[in-house]
Amino acid sequence: MAIRLTVNGIVREIDIEPEAPLLWVIRDELHLTGTKFGCGISACGACTVHVNGKPTRSCTLPVGSVSNSEITTIEGLGSGALTEVQNAWIEHQVPQCGYCQSGMIMAVSGFLAENPSPTDHELTAAITNICRCGTYPRIRAAVRSVAAKKRRSGS
Amino acid sequence: MMITRRKFLIGGATAAGALIVGYGVWPSRRIARMNTLAARPGEQFLANWIKIANDDTVTIVIPHCDMGTGTLTSLAQMAADELDADWTKLHSETALADPVFANGPMAEGDVLDDRNMNAESIPDFLRGAAASTFRIIAEYMDLQTTGGSTAVRLTGVYGMCIAGAAVREMLVRAAAERMNAPAKDFRTEMSRVIHMPSGRTFRYGELAAAAALYTPSAHPQLKAEKDLALIGRAIPRLEIPERVNGTAHYGIDTTLPNMLYGAIQISPVFGGKLVSVNEKGVAQNRGLKRVVKLDDAVVVVADRFWRARDAVAALEPVFDNAGNGDISSKTIYDRHISALNGKIKQDFVIGAGSGALNKVGNIEAVYNVPNLAHAPMEPVNATALYKDDGTLEVWAGSQDGLGSRAFCAKVASINLDKVTFHLLPIGGAFGRRLPDLWNFLAYTVKTAMAVPGVPVKLIFTREQDMQHDYYRPNVTCQMRAALDSSGMPIAWVSDYTTDDEANDEAHILYGVPNQAYGTAKVATHVPTGPWRSVESSWHGFFIESFLDELAHHANRDPLDYRRALLKSHPRHLATLDLAAEKAQWCTPLPRGHARGIAMVECFNTIVVHVAEVQVDNGTLQVHRIVSAADCGKAVNPDGFRAQIEGGIIFGLSAALYGEITIAKGAVVQENFADYQVVRLADCPEIEVYIHESNSRLGGAGEPGPPPIAPALTNAIFAATGIRIRDLPIKNHALGVPGK
Repeated sequence: MAIRLTVNGIVREIDIEPEAPLLWVIRDELHLTGTKFGCGISACGACTVHVNGKPTRSCTLPVGSVSNSEITTIEGLGSGALTEVQNAWIEHQVPQCGYCQSGMIMAVSGFLAENPSPTDHELTAAITNICRCGTYPRIRAAVRSVAAKKRRSGS
Repeated sequence: MMITRRKFLIGGATAAGALIVGYGVWPSRRIARMNTLAARPGEQFLANWIKIANDDTVTIVIPHCDMGTGTLTSLAQMAADELDADWTKLHSETALADPVFANGPMAEGDVLDDRNMNAESIPDFLRGAAASTFRIIAEYMDLQTTGGSTAVRLTGVYGMCIAGAAVREMLVRAAAERMNAPAKDFRTEMSRVIHMPSGRTFRYGELAAAAALYTPSAHPQLKAEKDLALIGRAIPRLEIPERVNGTAHYGIDTTLPNMLYGAIQISPVFGGKLVSVNEKGVAQNRGLKRVVKLDDAVVVVADRFWRARDAVAALEPVFDNAGNGDISSKTIYDRHISALNGKIKQDFVIGAGSGALNKVGNIEAVYNVPNLAHAPMEPVNATALYKDDGTLEVWAGSQDGLGSRAFCAKVASINLDKVTFHLLPIGGAFGRRLPDLWNFLAYTVKTAMAVPGVPVKLIFTREQDMQHDYYRPNVTCQMRAALDSSGMPIAWVSDYTTDDEANDEAHILYGVPNQAYGTAKVATHVPTGPWRSVESSWHGFFIESFLDELAHHANRDPLDYRRALLKSHPRHLATLDLAAEKAQWCTPLPRGHARGIAMVECFNTIVVHVAEVQVDNGTLQVHRIVSAADCGKAVNPDGFRAQIEGGIIFGLSAALYGEITIAKGAVVQENFADYQVVRLADCPEIEVYIHESNSRLGGAGEPGPPPIAPALTNAIFAATGIRIRDLPIKNHALGVPGK
């Protein structure tokens, strides 16, 4: 049975069982390897993508449940250019090994789209992704700087 | 004399005998092989690790795997500074797993470090020979390891700086010969050689081919400290851009034509053997290719990973328990206590040792740290292709490319020259991908050999990764001390369990006139291995906790107490003072809040953490960690700070939550749901300050974690009167404030 998805703006028809996890469809059918496998139980967030704009953990999500949805992965986030979140990641030298950062950036980008100027508490309540290298202080600093820019440009 | 690889990696002392063997430095056949293997059109190797292209691009080849520690940048800074290379046209890349890129300077540094020597103390006539000999030792031992915080302090100091300076001299000589002018009339800057009297300049790219014909000097003129332009600067890391846009390609991202996927279940009880599998249960599964039954595991090979994963669970494999089915964390702890109450093997004594203890009235405490998993974000995995012609090709992230190649050859029982190993970037390791911790390579090679002609990518699920790690050892320590009438320690006795050897990291720097150290050997069936900071991760907790206990017994401020015992150690005092000053140690805090301090030196770097906590109605909050560190000089201060910050978080996860427990012979924890780690919500504010000194360079990756657990538990004691002597903190009720 073919499942229809729009991934990074391109309509894809994939011949696969509906119970196939979206993560493995993205990685092994579509060969978009920026989205990572970390835990397989939606606990760590390394597999975060946007489903219709909403940050979603893809490792336990059956692809059949999101047919006809718009999926955005890290490869499609900035449509060619880096986003302000990605630029803040570079400015604050966030990544160490970098493995969790695709999911982290997808989670933070989706969150900031909903709440452009969050408090620290709102941020830490929303972003529960795991980074074993311990880049959290720089993630927090990067998000604060993006939010501050938003506030300045909004006022 | 037989030098084993393990012995060399750990101690290094025995290798010095090899100094007497004479060889040329960087013989030209090696350069030729480097060019064949790793130079693109227009590029030219001039010495180990340095390529220059016609368009002036300089590429530094790094004989370590950058697993997040920033060595692709910091080591390039060291070479490029001495080379006077234009940083805007500089690249760095990871060395291939070929013997020509074996890491000699790491071997050399290990030996020199071990003997407290420096490169200048080798007699001049032997120095070229020594450099070459260490490289040969490294080659012989397949040495390309990333671990022990060695990159900057060994490879950088003994390799990158020398290679950069040597190549600079070769380029100057090429320009001098071209103009028929003396070399002293030339200077270099920004990848150019300039003839000072005439102002004529040559680009490095136009000199590279001629310069490559010279032999690099083994002892070139190094820059004076004041002339360093890149070392010591917080240059943005070269490897970061590809780590924010999804293009970084890790081992798990390996994709090959016709590739299959493997999922594994290993005997839950360590040592258990595979008894049976229910193959009928998966006979109809879509995409299933092969069930590979191994001695202690079963692998399903399928056309998709998730299909293989579901099928291996459906096989319902049965394993025996190798007689280990009754072992639990409780039975292991009981064995530790009985071993500590039995015969202690004396390791090291100062003064009268335990003879200086009192008959009665000593201060005694028993500490315990649990097993811990590495749990890197990228679960261990590898891809292998065993071809019909008997050759083997392997793709994987590893902390030692050359060693992995040799290991795979051994597993496959084929000659080394039939094995190609592609070393790929690592999504975290913390020790998990070091030599002797390579079950993922072994299972992958065995699986590939069962399906010859087809590449197979074997991925451990998180559950397999967590339950089949090589864990930070579970260690129990019995501390005893006697104080004099002024409250200062006159005897310090530390006896601890070990599954290996005695640890130098148990020894204290504090000025106690009588000290004794002993071990009680306890073997378990739980596999153990190096975990970030290694021995300092447990001894740091034992020493800094017990010292805090002594300070409180003596009714002294814990900072003052430490200062009084470190009078002849100005670097340590200065680092302590810097942390205390930045943390406002002497400023009072609100009720329920308190600070704790701890200091650990490891891998030549001193780290002091001050933790500020709040305990309210039994609930602990960690508000702030202020840290000071002395690594001599930070090659890239921002990268160094990032490593200390990350080390604090890594140590915090372990201190607050980390434990691998054993029940019925098997690991209980399976995934991040029951192996909790720190997330953004429990990440404190962190400040890191660098204290610069003239000490030889220290490591960055490993020194951050050890002082965090004792800084926290010392702060918790200050806030509540509750002394935590066994980790993790989550197992303790903090609801009964002592004051």
